[in-house]
Amino acid sequence: MRWMRTLLANGTTAQAALLVALFAAGLALGLTVQTAEAAENSRVYVPKPPKGKGDKCMEDTKFMRANHMNLLKHQRDETMHNGIRTKKHSLKECVACHTVPGNDGQAVSYEDPKNFCRQCHDYAAVKLDCFECHASKPPKGQAKIHPNAKNAYRVSGGLPQ
Amino acid sequence: MTTPDKQTNTTNRRNFLGQSAALAAGITLAPGVTLYGVAQAKAPEDAVTAKVRWGMLIDANRCADGCNDCVSACNSENGLKGHGRPETDAQWIRKVNLRDPNTGAKQSLPVLCQHCSEPPCVDVCPTGASFKRKDGIVLVDKHICIGCRYCMMACPYKARSFIHETVTDQKPHAPRGKGTVESCTFCVHRVDAGGQPACVEACSKTSAALTFGDMNDPKSNISKALAEYPSSRIRADLGTDPGVRYRGL
Repeated sequence: MRWMRTLLANGTTAQAALLVALFAAGLALGLTVQTAEAAENSRVYVPKPPKGKGDKCMEDTKFMRANHMNLLKHQRDETMHNGIRTKKHSLKECVACHTVPGNDGQAVSYEDPKNFCRQCHDYAAVKLDCFECHASKPPKGQAKIHPNAKNAYRVSGGLPQ
Repeated sequence: MTTPDKQTNTTNRRNFLGQSAALAAGITLAPGVTLYGVAQAKAPEDAVTAKVRWGMLIDANRCADGCNDCVSACNSENGLKGHGRPETDAQWIRKVNLRDPNTGAKQSLPVLCQHCSEPPCVDVCPTGASFKRKDGIVLVDKHICIGCRYCMMACPYKARSFIHETVTDQKPHAPRGKGTVESCTFCVHRVDAGGQPACVEACSKTSAALTFGDMNDPKSNISKALAEYPSSRIRADLGTDPGVRYRGL
């Protein structure tokens, strides 16, 4: 900090105060950038599942993160035993909306790590049972992919192997 | 503005009555093509009820020997693929050839899950996975099926299959997975939407040997056909009361 002391000795008090303020601001800015970069380039894998093709989900994101399994389980029993086939909370509709394109532009199945469900399930190490029986992608030619979905897929520090 | 005369009024009334009669019988899509069963379609949010009992009538006299259309329609509708092992490959509907040893007379007919009202598969299931819907359709809830195959042994009609291999590329409406038992669902996804099973649709294009409908509705085609001609149940002695009936057996 010798340069600052020299400046302080040579300049007026007002000039010095301005310089110190600028330095502090620069330091703060630098730190912010550094933090953002750290998150972006961290070696830790952070899931960021792509957006669905619709404008918004049936429920808000926070609720869905915590409760999607309960909604699906409830709906599965209603459909299986009572023949209730409403689209809200139906796995078929989840799959139809949350399609992720593979390298060929077609929707990927759950065997591909890019699959919407797998991104978080891989991260949390929770087994994904639904798709051992259920179709994990819409039938060929029926998949509609949200234009934003293509670039929304991001992997920080590589996928877990 | 002129007052309509008596003659016009009469004509309108006559037309109105005629149209009402057409609506009651079914909806005419085109001359000679009438869509029946529209009244049976339920709304997606409605639960199935015991007011309906789905059934199928198979006319063995119309079923052509060598025709396999119902089987292939079922396979493609439900995504059933063979592995070249007929003993264990999934089979929801199969063609059976019969021959009377005394007369030599031959018959060919399809056998599928009979959707019994007293299903033995439901009686024996240890987890409750094998169940009967209120509308008479017998299904396997694969979420709770443990693959013990007790139901396969209990079924007198040999209607159920076990999935031995990992399944991929399932149809969204027909989930199937390794380690569970499955059988004909009467194409429940179609029936819930007011449609007919895939086999019935395929057969209607060729021999029209299959009739599907609500056996509790006296106006349905199946009820009329059952009332008009004698029909039989396979192994009626077991008291399972199948929803699949045969004519000419």
